Amino acid sequence: MENKSVVIQMQPSPNNEGRSLIQNKKKWTSIFNRNSEWRGKIWIYGSAIVVILSVIAITLFLTVQGLRSFVVDHINVIDFITGTEWYPDRAENPSYGALPFIFGSLTVTILAAILAAPFAIGSALFMTELAPKWGQKVLQPVIEILVGIPSVVYGFIGLSVIVPFMRTHVGGSGFSLLSGALVVGVMILPTITSISADAVRAVSHDLRQASYALGATKWQTIYRVVIPAAKSTLLTAIVLGMARAFGEALAVQMVIGNARNLPNAISDPSATLTTIITLSMGHSTTGSVLNDVLWSLGLVLLIISYGFILLIRFISRRGQIS
Amino acid sequence: MTSKITNRIALTVIVLCALVMTATLAALLGYILYHGLSAISLSFLTKDSSSFQAGGGIKNQLWNSFYILFATMLFTVPLGLCGGIYLSEYAKPNKLTQFIRSCVEVLASLPSIVVGMFGLLIFVNYFGWQYSILSGALALTVFNLPVIVRVTEDALQSVPRELREGGLALGVTQWHTIKTIVVPAAFPGILTGIILSAGRVFGESAALLFTAGLSTPNLDFSNWNPMSMTSPLNPFRSAETLSVHIWQVNTAGITPDIQTIANGSSAVLVLCVLGFNLFARMVGKFIDRKLTGKA
Repeated sequence: MENKSVVIQMQPSPNNEGRSLIQNKKKWTSIFNRNSEWRGKIWIYGSAIVVILSVIAITLFLTVQGLRSFVVDHINVIDFITGTEWYPDRAENPSYGALPFIFGSLTVTILAAILAAPFAIGSALFMTELAPKWGQKVLQPVIEILVGIPSVVYGFIGLSVIVPFMRTHVGGSGFSLLSGALVVGVMILPTITSISADAVRAVSHDLRQASYALGATKWQTIYRVVIPAAKSTLLTAIVLGMARAFGEALAVQMVIGNARNLPNAISDPSATLTTIITLSMGHSTTGSVLNDVLWSLGLVLLIISYGFILLIRFISRRGQIS
Repeated sequence: MTSKITNRIALTVIVLCALVMTATLAALLGYILYHGLSAISLSFLTKDSSSFQAGGGIKNQLWNSFYILFATMLFTVPLGLCGGIYLSEYAKPNKLTQFIRSCVEVLASLPSIVVGMFGLLIFVNYFGWQYSILSGALALTVFNLPVIVRVTEDALQSVPRELREGGLALGVTQWHTIKTIVVPAAFPGILTGIILSAGRVFGESAALLFTAGLSTPNLDFSNWNPMSMTSPLNPFRSAETLSVHIWQVNTAGITPDIQTIANGSSAVLVLCVLGFNLFARMVGKFIDRKLTGKA
């Protein structure tokens, strides 16, 4: 098929016009030059391979490097995951308990979702159900700009506005789990809103009209018809937002206080997987136990991220069946 | 009448949600611009940053940010375009395609710090490029690739089938049809997506901490030899970008005017990202008008 197509797009070269067709078929190089189908395919398959390779490489290298602390340094996996004491630099009897960070990461993620989801879904309903024309026109740019603001800027504003606010109104230093969750909650607001809006928009109009025809009010229609119909995509939106909150590093690091203990309250300073990696990675030397343990934390981060991806797939697949 | 009252209350709550969101954005932008614009001056933009004294600028950081952005786009755009073309035009509905789609999805949802750690492992340590612009740009390529792939695929999917059939009916090869008909038709969408993703890359910081580094050597802007260590063009030197600078100043800065520098840098960063957004919209509209021939 490829050869035939050469015939058609032939641009005969000036010196041997008539015979160029047959001759070119035999010359490999000129087929390669003339027949861009080949070149195109090489480019296209090449980039598909790059995508696959980078995922495999990330997973593989991070796993190998992350397992070092268990295989080479003989740290017990169970102790690592359930230990609450993180004193890697203690000269005698150093301990590597990652539970405070895992706990911190999950708490920030869940709190952020609880804070952001109602506002996000409310805004999504506003721009699709209440004011589909101008609400859309106003909120769409708002979402796009909020998505675009870099995470360090969120962190910086958290540091200069939310932390002092917490200090005077909640008490303590102001650096806390709650501050982290607030900053991240604002960050994931646009993510959840835009996907929720798509979900609500995808609900068939007939359903709404049937509901109105039965005499339901707007809210009854939204609550009893639209939201149940869009349920699985709304859940996906929230989980996607949580995945983003979970992976956020610098913005959280700036406001969470970076304590190494398990927090007693959400107004206590704490730390997450990402913040401890951010803080310690630069100071540790390659091959040291501390460095290996940090890679293990990275592995935990990777595994939980994969967990989020699987969860999203599970939710959206279940939504398709029902 | 209770259902009517509930209706009233619920709808008011929904309106309030939308108001809160808009107010959040207004407050954020207002805060950044109010505090930041007064800190921006010509000398702030054109002076080297200082590590101890007050009055440092962000010249090198700004240059690094744009340089890394440029390098990243140089790698990402061809790869992402081809990946998107593959998924939209060539991929058959089989296991392999599903796997590639999953890979794109995984890449898109990996935390950026994980991408940074991968960059540290491979580009910085294994290939021995140290903290450098090249390592940073390659890490950001991994981070940005799925975005461009998706944007391209979406844009290509919206091109009507008849255009492809027309090309093929003329006996043109598939690649030639894609190159000369489908991609040009999808071009506005692709370009808008690329510019928007450029804003995202410009503000990214976590992936750069361990790949491009936290410092910049003294740069001599009259030295344009890319192999020289003091040249701004050298891809093997460490480079602190603007967003990393904001983080660095806030967490480890010891100059007396931390607040001013952070305010100014944030404002510059946000203005740049807003600029990318506006530019993307304008370009999209402009090309659309040219192609469709509307006045």
